[in-house]
Amino acid sequence: MLTVSYMPGCTLKTTGRNYEDSMLKLLYKLNVKVEELKNWFCCGTTYSMASDNLMNQLAPIRTLLRAKQTGRRELLVLCSMCYNTLRRAQDLVLHDEEKRNKINEFMYLEETNFNGDEVRVIHLLNYLKEFIGFETLADGIIKKTSDLKVAPYYGCMLLRPEEISIDESSENPGIMEELFQACGIDNVYFPFKTECCGSYQTVNKKDIVISRTSKIINSAVNNKADMITTSCPLCYFNLDSSQGTLVDNVPGFKTIPVMYVSQILALFVGIEDATDYSMHSIDPRPVLKEKGLLG
Amino acid sequence: MKNPEHMNRIGVFVCHCGINIASIVDIEAVTKEISKYPGVEFIKDYQYMCSEPGQMIFKEACRSGQIDGIVVASCSPTLHETTFRRASIEAGMNPYRVEIANIREQCSWVHHDEEEKATEKAIDIMKSVIERSRRNESLTEVSLQTIKKVLVIGAGISGMQVALNIANSGVETFLLDRQPSIGGRMAQLSETFPTLDCSQCILTPRMVEVGQNKNITLMTYSEVEEVSGYVGNFNVKIRRKAAYVDWDKCTGCGICYQKCPKTVPSEFEQLIGKRKAIYTPFPQAVPNKVVIDNNNCLYFKTGKCRLCEKACPLGAIDFEQKERIEEIEVGAIVVATGYDLYEKEKIEEYKMGYCEDVLDGLTFERLLSSSGPTQGKLVRPSDGTVPKEIVFIQCVGSRDPDNHLPYCSRICCMYTAKHTMLYKHRVPDGQPYVFYMDIRSGGKNYEEFVQRAIEEDNVLYIRGRVARLYREDDKVVVVGADTLSGKTIVIRADMVVLAMAMRPSGGIEELSKKLKIQVDGNGFLSEAHPKLRPVETLTQGVFVAGCAQAPKDITDTVSQAGAAASKVLELLSNEKLLHDPITSWIDEELCAGCGQCVSQCSYNAIQLDEKKRKAFINEILCQGCGACIVTCPSGAAQQKNFTIKQYYSMIESLV
Repeated sequence: MLTVSYMPGCTLKTTGRNYEDSMLKLLYKLNVKVEELKNWFCCGTTYSMASDNLMNQLAPIRTLLRAKQTGRRELLVLCSMCYNTLRRAQDLVLHDEEKRNKINEFMYLEETNFNGDEVRVIHLLNYLKEFIGFETLADGIIKKTSDLKVAPYYGCMLLRPEEISIDESSENPGIMEELFQACGIDNVYFPFKTECCGSYQTVNKKDIVISRTSKIINSAVNNKADMITTSCPLCYFNLDSSQGTLVDNVPGFKTIPVMYVSQILALFVGIEDATDYSMHSIDPRPVLKEKGLLG
Repeated sequence: MKNPEHMNRIGVFVCHCGINIASIVDIEAVTKEISKYPGVEFIKDYQYMCSEPGQMIFKEACRSGQIDGIVVASCSPTLHETTFRRASIEAGMNPYRVEIANIREQCSWVHHDEEEKATEKAIDIMKSVIERSRRNESLTEVSLQTIKKVLVIGAGISGMQVALNIANSGVETFLLDRQPSIGGRMAQLSETFPTLDCSQCILTPRMVEVGQNKNITLMTYSEVEEVSGYVGNFNVKIRRKAAYVDWDKCTGCGICYQKCPKTVPSEFEQLIGKRKAIYTPFPQAVPNKVVIDNNNCLYFKTGKCRLCEKACPLGAIDFEQKERIEEIEVGAIVVATGYDLYEKEKIEEYKMGYCEDVLDGLTFERLLSSSGPTQGKLVRPSDGTVPKEIVFIQCVGSRDPDNHLPYCSRICCMYTAKHTMLYKHRVPDGQPYVFYMDIRSGGKNYEEFVQRAIEEDNVLYIRGRVARLYREDDKVVVVGADTLSGKTIVIRADMVVLAMAMRPSGGIEELSKKLKIQVDGNGFLSEAHPKLRPVETLTQGVFVAGCAQAPKDITDTVSQAGAAASKVLELLSNEKLLHDPITSWIDEELCAGCGQCVSQCSYNAIQLDEKKRKAFINEILCQGCGACIVTCPSGAAQQKNFTIKQYYSMIESLV
């Protein structure tokens, strides 16, 4: 049995609960013990670009320090915002000696230093690929008859900057497609898979998010996808919630359900109780029933 | 080497260089001091030693028999060493007995405000050079017989031009190419900038000229296997690939490929056209001989067919043919292996848009060419419709040090302008767009050409990069930036043409190793000097021309080919090659055969005799740079007239 340290971040405990629940159940079925860090911190949500503001780096670095103290090398992360800030804070500490020393001096009350290379922040998709193996995952698939067509959506936080990308290609990633293909799930042609969803503009400039997500959604619909899949809680939120506005304002707008990768995979390996469907603005159940994934 | 210590009769000539030296250095004091120095037999000063009267004084002293070593205290040796050495030959002395003591650039000029010290320094410089001079040997130039034959590798426009220039001067030339025909990339082009004359129309007469030239031996469908020897005396093993056709019998009538049942994409047509498994790359091929592609031939794959054999009226088909190695001896080699395009698969951000209607520049040339797969009709490969909106993207892969290639591929601005014009001439109601970074149109009539595209053919030039391509319905959507208006531009295009970066053609690295020449960081062949020796390599007798050296257009390629040919002819114009005798030599008593010098030598002049475990220096190749001398841990490597002993004695005279 594999054991992995896990940093959920705040969203997965609230609006992204479906992501966490389905992941935990999926990994349990795959014989992985997920151990949540006892004392994790807010990742800071956005990586601080101010080079003199090291204070903002402390939260992610303290989380990494906790991960180091578990003695395990991998730290599993699901949320792409958390992944992005943790990886970049780690890179900063690893490559900038002066800042590394400054941060460690500031954290003098901690039992140990963080040098940047003790922990590997690993995203769920990479974990599934490297530690479980897509082939092994595929062996557990019991719903083989479904002809569900998915549009895998990456967003940007998992891919940029290039140095922290979860995929070899940050311009044209393929890890999700590879995963689905291995599990016998069809991917549609989806050129908007890395377009920005509007991200935090959703707080005060909703129109930007609406205009961006409508392009992404239309592309998925036009390419005959049944479902958009994502692995980012914010992308999920933007893509799912904006469809309510779009239906009201755009005549003929066609909706499409949005689901987390782990939700889909859980269904395919036969876990039916991993999701609270009431949390979806676009209820995926009709599609799932039609495709024989829900009874 | 005999010990030259006995030589002690030095003649010293001190030059005033007008006031250049004399106004700072006290010539009288110098003369007085040096005349007392051991071994100085004769001393004379003069206003201008390099002048006619100065030379007379010099020669007279040489002829007197009074002296057997000479030190001229004057300007830098790069200026007048040759002058005095030549004069010494005329006066019957060995020129390598003449040394220059530089008391101008290294003394009077840099110490113009401290006359006394300058005088002292001049004396010191002269004493040390006297010490060196008394240990000099008489040397004679090394001479070598050369083979008056040339191998040209690569038979594109560059190699063809080199071969023609050399052959027309009466020198036998071998012209090699790995393809079945000569012609190279230029044969694939439709029209050429800035004149829009048809590429094949200007190229094919040249190809015929090459084919008919008595001094040119064509070696197509061949590759260089091994190269040994050195300048003037190369031995090259050439692999003649099996064509499975007896070329002595084949007349290129074409009956065989009409009968051949197997059709495959044609490399010459950039895979948008077809050829048979037995084929010539294009109808005007020189030599007009067919080859069988054994990867696709039904007989080779299934053991059945042989239709071509039955069809050939001359019995030229020979399925039993084997490749063979041919050896040739040449005096010089020219590398003109040309270019390939950077692979468009490496451009990740465009991949979502790739389909049959996203082409690289060369493929678009085939689509435009009247001898191409559409007979020059401009239609989309996907559905045969005429593209009404077409986007050209420049600098794809070029000028992108972070992701792709750092350099400018130099020809894309011009050929894109040409593409847009040719498109407009075929589709007058169509709209071409060009995304560019900068327009680089340096060349005769080039800028005017680009302006013509913009002004007369209404091509819309947009300054900015394309971020993404994707397919939508049957269109390719181009998303780019217009950096002048600050807007994002989205074009639903029927066709997209990518001006892919140029790279040296495949296999250049292995070839450069065989030839012992260097490649630069981008894989292009390195020239010996970027300005003054642009067609030579650091390996003597090996020259470069065309895009193998750097991206360039046809005009520059032909010019460079001419330059390479003239350097080859210069090399081979003398019966014998003469070489400066200031070279290294190995003291066999001291050499332990460690081989460190071999790896340090940039000119491949040192070889290790494995049996004797001694290094051996080829005097013809040695340039006297001294790298081996500082490398040698046992002091076995020495330079003639620059021995360690000489240096020590020079230093001793100073301290």
